Amino acid sequence: MTTLAKTGVRDTDLTAAELHAALERVWEPPSGFIGWFKNVFHKPISTRFIFAALGFFALGGVLALLMRLQLAMPENTLLSPDLYNQLFTVHGSTMMFLFAVPVMQAVGLYFVPLMVGTRNLAFPRLNTFGFFVYIIGGVLLWVALFLNIGPDTGWFSYVPLSGPEYSPGKRVDVWAQMITFTELSSLVAAVEIIVTVFKLRAPGMSLNRIPIFVWAQLVTSFMVIFAMPAVMLASAFLAMDRLVDTHFFNPAEGGDALLWQHLFWFFGHPEVYIIFIPATGIVSMLVQTFSRRPIVGYTAIVLSLIATAILGFGLWVHHMFATGLPQLGESFFTAASMLIAIPSGIQIFCWIATLWTGRLLVRTPLLFVAGFIFIFVLGGLTGVMQASVPIDLQVHDTFFVVAHFHYVLIGGAVFPLIGGLYYWFPKMTGRMMSESLGRVNFWIFFIGFNLTFFPMHQLGLAGMPRRVYTYLPQTGWGPLNFVSTIGAFVLSVAVIVFLLNAFVSYRTGALAGENPWGADSLDWSVPSPAPSYNFLYIPTVNSRTPLWTMEPAQPVVTGMRADILEVLVTELHDATPDHRHLLDGPSIWPFLTAVAFGIGVITAIFTAWGVTIGAVLCFITLAGWFWPAGQPIEDTAREAAPPLGERA
Amino acid sequence: MRAPTINTSAAFDVSELPPIKFGPHATIWWGVIGLLLIEGTMFAILAATYFYLKQNFTVWPPSGTPNPDLFAGSANMALLIASIWPMRIAHRAGLEERRRAVFVALAICSVIGFVSLALRFFEFRAMHIRWDFNAYGSVVWTMLGMHTAHVISSTLENLLITLLMFAGPVERKHFTDTNANAVYWYFVVLGWLPIYAILYFAPRLL
Ligand code: HEM
Ligand SMILES: [Cu+2]
Repeated sequence: MTTLAKTGVRDTDLTAAELHAALERVWEPPSGFIGWFKNVFHKPISTRFIFAALGFFALGGVLALLMRLQLAMPENTLLSPDLYNQLFTVHGSTMMFLFAVPVMQAVGLYFVPLMVGTRNLAFPRLNTFGFFVYIIGGVLLWVALFLNIGPDTGWFSYVPLSGPEYSPGKRVDVWAQMITFTELSSLVAAVEIIVTVFKLRAPGMSLNRIPIFVWAQLVTSFMVIFAMPAVMLASAFLAMDRLVDTHFFNPAEGGDALLWQHLFWFFGHPEVYIIFIPATGIVSMLVQTFSRRPIVGYTAIVLSLIATAILGFGLWVHHMFATGLPQLGESFFTAASMLIAIPSGIQIFCWIATLWTGRLLVRTPLLFVAGFIFIFVLGGLTGVMQASVPIDLQVHDTFFVVAHFHYVLIGGAVFPLIGGLYYWFPKMTGRMMSESLGRVNFWIFFIGFNLTFFPMHQLGLAGMPRRVYTYLPQTGWGPLNFVSTIGAFVLSVAVIVFLLNAFVSYRTGALAGENPWGADSLDWSVPSPAPSYNFLYIPTVNSRTPLWTMEPAQPVVTGMRADILEVLVTELHDATPDHRHLLDGPSIWPFLTAVAFGIGVITAIFTAWGVTIGAVLCFITLAGWFWPAGQPIEDTAREAAPPLGERA
Repeated sequence: MRAPTINTSAAFDVSELPPIKFGPHATIWWGVIGLLLIEGTMFAILAATYFYLKQNFTVWPPSGTPNPDLFAGSANMALLIASIWPMRIAHRAGLEERRRAVFVALAICSVIGFVSLALRFFEFRAMHIRWDFNAYGSVVWTMLGMHTAHVISSTLENLLITLLMFAGPVERKHFTDTNANAVYWYFVVLGWLPIYAILYFAPRLL
């Protein structure tokens, strides 16, 4: 064992400045055009992910504006009925599959490694693969829309409408394959996060010291693992029914349309929590930082997250009350739908108690948290109302529902997200966002949001159905629709103010320094922007709020290699150091594998041979991916055989 | 905020820790567990679909389709179970980093994989129905097809590692790959148990 310490360059051999230079050399992303595709480092990849997701948010927002323009007046002729169908379908699908879920995961992929104190995600190449798969799926959907073959059967594509008989052509197939891409990418991100949290935490960060944001990401990742397969299978069945004449959803041959609804909502209801739970994780971090005290009820919050996740899977049937399920079943699911209010309520109490007893620092991120709590309580109320079967039947498929889910999704996810972006912008760029513009941004957003969606409740109660491209003047729905459209434009001004703020601050904002908010988690212990290698020395942790309780000479981890991509692997439960681990470096193959997969899946829209073609191409690229690079790391890795006792 | 003095307290000196470990210590092991959870969920939902569709028929298999013939499927079951033995050897040899033994054992496993695929061809025929005949045909073909896809992919993986062990250069991390590969193969074999039971015996017993 004595020869062991001599292998390679260790951090202990170097001064801090030398170590910085050495790590930079090793962790620096590859440069150049080709280098862009080979990058496997979590910060640049997640930055792209966040940019792309926000781009899709903007595109989806443009479609929303078009729809609002069309609905502003009765008997408007701006959009044809067919185009309107495509617009709400692509808007809904974009917002759910290309924006809300990916953006939350992207923020997780960026900050989880920083918060748990490691240098990259557990499987760097896999992460790059997931990113490119996502991009291909998004581009597919949007190219289809521009070619006028955009899907038009709603974001949940119910059969029989979406089946071969009522939807000939390729529109629904585009939708089904977009699902394949985005859900695969989501599953990849989930595995990344789970393994990174389980095995790469800094020494001392036992399970009960993990930051709540990281808990939220972890719980969400498990939900993704159990929910996404359902929709992937459902969309595969749909694609097969359409392409090779299977009969999963065809009642004439013993198939079943309700099967689609079960499979879809088994995913679709948890989906809402997959978006919402990371958002509450952001809220918990912000509440803690801006109250300048440890969060009240850490354990209660973590247990609430877990309870929400489990209950979330018991709820899918409430989307199907109108289908006439057995009476007892309906009562059960009504009870479960109401039950889920409890963990959410517990979290809200914990946040309010923390804010109440803390020393408040009122900054833009906190405003967005306040907006979130306000809107969420309102949206939650209307949700619990719908959990009751009679009310659900009354407002089913009206604008009341549209109002409700936008309150939940925008209030519950977009507000915390924007708050989180204001909060983390300094860590990502090194500069602060403008506080005064931030406040303007918040108020325009808050007002615009309520102006857009509050009137929709009333419209729904007055009987306006969703997914109609126009309505008659006699209905009396004109004025409220007009107000709602004005609101949508106010909302877009808020988005523009946000982009402007980000753009200007990126160039001229005040320099942030390591920890501008005086926050407690490890991400704030490194310079801003974080260096390529994240931590000069892997840190250690002695509490739930490590930076607030750090000893004057808090020990750091030493003895890591400085000349290869090495991370420290720790024990699952208490994060005691276990072994050092060499991560994979940059490679073009994850990108090529994503392309191979893309070719297969997109070809499968037209012919079943796509599956075979894709499989062959993927096999070739995967072989390239895993084939050894032939670099002489053999001897570096050969340095010690594991003691016999360590064999699993 | 980094501690200005670097405290090299012995408790956190990791230079003596090994650079690689196998089993639940390793990140790849957890990655495979994640994969298996995903795949397991997929198969469970597929099985649920089978029984959901079954409710739509009074007789099962419907419309006079005979029960699936047992021979090919049962032979495949036996073969796959038997393959656990060479795979155990490959697995263990991988942990001990014995390159030749891994090569031989995995070569055997690859051959078994191809024989299993040949048997699978007869299994599709043994169902006595096409995928586009009715919902029974659709779900039966999909279940068989999904499992076949797994046999194909893990046989190719076996083959790839076999070639690697033969042609080199072998790095230590490839032995962790062997380890993960074995776990995945066990899953493919054990996953066949419930699918086999459902496909061949649900029509007979339920
Ligand atoms: C930014 C401002 C937004 C506006 C003005 C807006 C407006 C609309 C409108 C007018 C509809 C169509 C209603 C109908 O005719 O049935 C709609 C549908 C929908 N929106 Fe939004 N929306 C916005 C943001 C979002 C966000 C952020 C999400 C999700 C995270 C979202 C998710 C959906 C979904 C899932 C649908 C249903 C699509 C369908 O019926 O298939 N929206 N939205
Ligand atoms: Cu729901």
